[in-house]
Amino acid sequence: MASGVTGETILSVEDLTVEFPAPQGAVRVVDGLSFDLVAGKTLAVVGESGSGKSITALSILRLTDHLGARIPAGRLLFRRSAGGPIDLTRADDATIRTIRGNDIAMIFQEPMTSLNPVFTVGDQIAEAIVLHQGVDRREARARAQALCEKVRLPDAARLIDRHPHQLSGGMRQRVMIAMALSCQPRLLIADEPTTALDVTIQAQILATIRELQAEFGTTVIFITHDMGVVAEMADDVVVMRRGRKVEQGSVAEVFDAPKHPYTKALLAAVPKLGSMTGTALPALFPVLAVTEGLEPPPAAIAKAQAVHDTVSHEAPLLEVEGLTTRFTVERTVFGRPLRRVHAVEGVDFSLWPGETLALVGESGSGKSTIGKTVQQLLTPDAGCIRFEGRDYAAMSAAGKRRLKREIQYIFQDPFASLDPRKTIGYSLAEPMLHHGVVARGAAARDRVAELLRQVGLDRAHVDRYPHEFSGGQRQRVCIARALSVDPKLIIADESVASLDVSIRAQIINLLMELQQRRGLAYLFITHDMAVVERVSHRVAVMYLGQIVEIGSRAQVFETPYHPYTKKLIAAVPVPDPHRRVERGLVTGEIPSPIRRVDDPPRRARLVEVAPGHLVADAEVSAAA
Amino acid sequence: MALFLTKRFLQALFVVFAVTLLVAWAVRLSGDPAIMLTGGAGSVTEQDLVNIRNALGLNRPFHEQYLGFLYGLLHGDLGNSFVGGTPVTQLVAKALPATLMLAAAAIFVSIALAVPLGIRAAIKRGSAEDQAIRIASLAGLSFPNFWLALMMVLVFSILLKWLPPSGFDGPVSLILPAVTAGVINTAANVRLVRTSMLETLSAQYIMVARAKGLAERVVLYKHALRNSAIPLVTYVGIQFGNLVAGLVVIERVFNWPGMGSLAFDAVAGRDYPVLQGVVTVFAILIVSVNLLIDILYGLLDPRIRTE
Repeated sequence: MASGVTGETILSVEDLTVEFPAPQGAVRVVDGLSFDLVAGKTLAVVGESGSGKSITALSILRLTDHLGARIPAGRLLFRRSAGGPIDLTRADDATIRTIRGNDIAMIFQEPMTSLNPVFTVGDQIAEAIVLHQGVDRREARARAQALCEKVRLPDAARLIDRHPHQLSGGMRQRVMIAMALSCQPRLLIADEPTTALDVTIQAQILATIRELQAEFGTTVIFITHDMGVVAEMADDVVVMRRGRKVEQGSVAEVFDAPKHPYTKALLAAVPKLGSMTGTALPALFPVLAVTEGLEPPPAAIAKAQAVHDTVSHEAPLLEVEGLTTRFTVERTVFGRPLRRVHAVEGVDFSLWPGETLALVGESGSGKSTIGKTVQQLLTPDAGCIRFEGRDYAAMSAAGKRRLKREIQYIFQDPFASLDPRKTIGYSLAEPMLHHGVVARGAAARDRVAELLRQVGLDRAHVDRYPHEFSGGQRQRVCIARALSVDPKLIIADESVASLDVSIRAQIINLLMELQQRRGLAYLFITHDMAVVERVSHRVAVMYLGQIVEIGSRAQVFETPYHPYTKKLIAAVPVPDPHRRVERGLVTGEIPSPIRRVDDPPRRARLVEVAPGHLVADAEVSAAA
Repeated sequence: MALFLTKRFLQALFVVFAVTLLVAWAVRLSGDPAIMLTGGAGSVTEQDLVNIRNALGLNRPFHEQYLGFLYGLLHGDLGNSFVGGTPVTQLVAKALPATLMLAAAAIFVSIALAVPLGIRAAIKRGSAEDQAIRIASLAGLSFPNFWLALMMVLVFSILLKWLPPSGFDGPVSLILPAVTAGVINTAANVRLVRTSMLETLSAQYIMVARAKGLAERVVLYKHALRNSAIPLVTYVGIQFGNLVAGLVVIERVFNWPGMGSLAFDAVAGRDYPVLQGVVTVFAILIVSVNLLIDILYGLLDPRIRTE
């Protein structure tokens, strides 16, 4: 057993303050934080970006030293398995190094970049074992292999000689867990360990962490922004905001009776899968005002009930038939394709004016490829796309240009999709002037101001640059830019994925309000099932480039037919600590859509199981 | 990797071929060897010059001369020097080891200086030390090589009398020319190591390595350096051509009996066969070094190996 007596406090955080020195005076990122950590328990530290939760985690290992941060006040009293408590903030470097990776280990957010690309995974796991346990390399290697088996990595004997780039994200995160557990630490800090992973892989990793924790009795600090993950993993919760603790309690207390308005707002903004059961149409999020000490205004609650009946069933806006897009990834010496990614394989769907169709699926399912093909950013290999009955293939250059105005795209990353050297006003006016929507001068300026107002920004923002805005504000600017040319269809490609929960709820509500006002149609591309349940009229579930199930929101969520749809829904963490589901330790990977040219995939046939509810007649199989 | 190397090898062959053609054409623009051979003496008649040209084969059409050279090259014969008639292969065989020794020593000096300085500058980013390294690098970049060579001789040979000023006489005589040639490249390499180290040090896997409890020295020299070495290796390959070109001057100043000196004399004497031979050998050398670097990539970066 790595931990001592259960109930013993192994870490006391007392009045912890972390600062980054800056010319205008130090920036305080953690401010007077205190909590006790009880052995064998899991503490979730929850907060949005800028809350200081990750810095708190790094400061426990004093990794903040390497970021140039200082700890001017507070203590971090850590009890090793033997001896008295050590104040980690004052311990010398040599002592800290014997604690790092040995008594306290850490798992990081990005499994794709957490492993050194030039060393084998076995070497990277064995490194800490050799360092802290004083065993030779051969023994360390044997232990590394045993650890890989422990975290359910397939074919561990061969896997330890592979390099990180040969492993999927989920496998890399398992390697990270094996590495962290290699010296049986008393305390494991997991900083958003599943945020970058697909939902079915996330479920597997969470189950693995839980199982190993039970086996070794490890105490865990779980840093996350995801209330669903908190409900599933934590015993106790600390809620942080702007570097301070705003609430602390057991997971049941925090979810059942949140005290602080911020916690309430955070919980209200979390989309809960299943909360829409019995509702046919999309509904706004109940967004609570996050003003400290204030009760939410009644209007916010009332607004939450407003539902959407915006669909017009006269004629479809967008029809997609047999769409197929492939990318060659490997060629023979003579340039003939050898292996191809079957990104999209014979997809059919239609979208009506005023409707939101969600394309859901995990990485590599082809959902973004469809969006980009509809926006003419990619040319399909086969199939036909019609917009208002006009075939893309038969369109003139002018027609295609007009289409670029009628269909607008909102990308995932609001930081990268605005030109950093142009003012917001310029970025908004440019597409309008380009498409001749408005004349240069006063008219354009008025129009920009009006757009800013519509997305909830001030007209005084016109002369500012993107870096002066927060992520949520930038995404509002991107929405305003999309709206500027009066589109009929907006393709939202993971447009809210990088935003904090409370901001995400606001942006989704904004999109829904705009739909109601303007009769916009949305092609909503996302991996987030709970968001889909909120916003969409119809849902298409994609797997390996094909639609395996399509139907109304209620049909897909309440009576899912296809095994993959069921698996996807089951994998979503439920933000309710009383409804924890025990999941078996599944280890399946998402298969690769890369196939040899002479081995084309079988196309599933869609069968109607209810009016408008189509399901693939068999499981879509992966390449052998 | 095998396919990648085959492609690179074929490319390299083509480059060498193209260089020989270009050189054969360019040397013939540099002046008349017959006039140079006669030393411009007044008693030489036009007929004498024609006779000399005939004897050297310079009156034949260009393509004949070139094909002759190519034929010889494939049979390991680079022709004979116009001055003294020594076979060019013999001259090259004598000069090449000296140049290779000097080039290798120069690369060693530049890497041995650049890696620790670059790492130091990266981890002390923004400090006075970083500034000092930056300024020193910039100064190093700004010196012309012949000036630096003369200064080195002045200080270390004439004032301090530590090292021989010139000649090819044991390892001690290698120090001054190698340091001079190396220092010029060090300046650029320090900047490169600093930049790529800064990028590597901000990577997540460096934080992971520290979180394991590894000593900072291991984090820097094992985890970070191997990743940062990839751009440095590329750049050293690119620099190799410049280095060789710089050696022409440096060998001259230090009276180093290498390929540079040979090339210098050949240009001065319009000694076409020697010049053509030396440049071709240089081309093969530079192309081989870059081919070697492609192989090194694969050893450094497993992602390239398996592609």
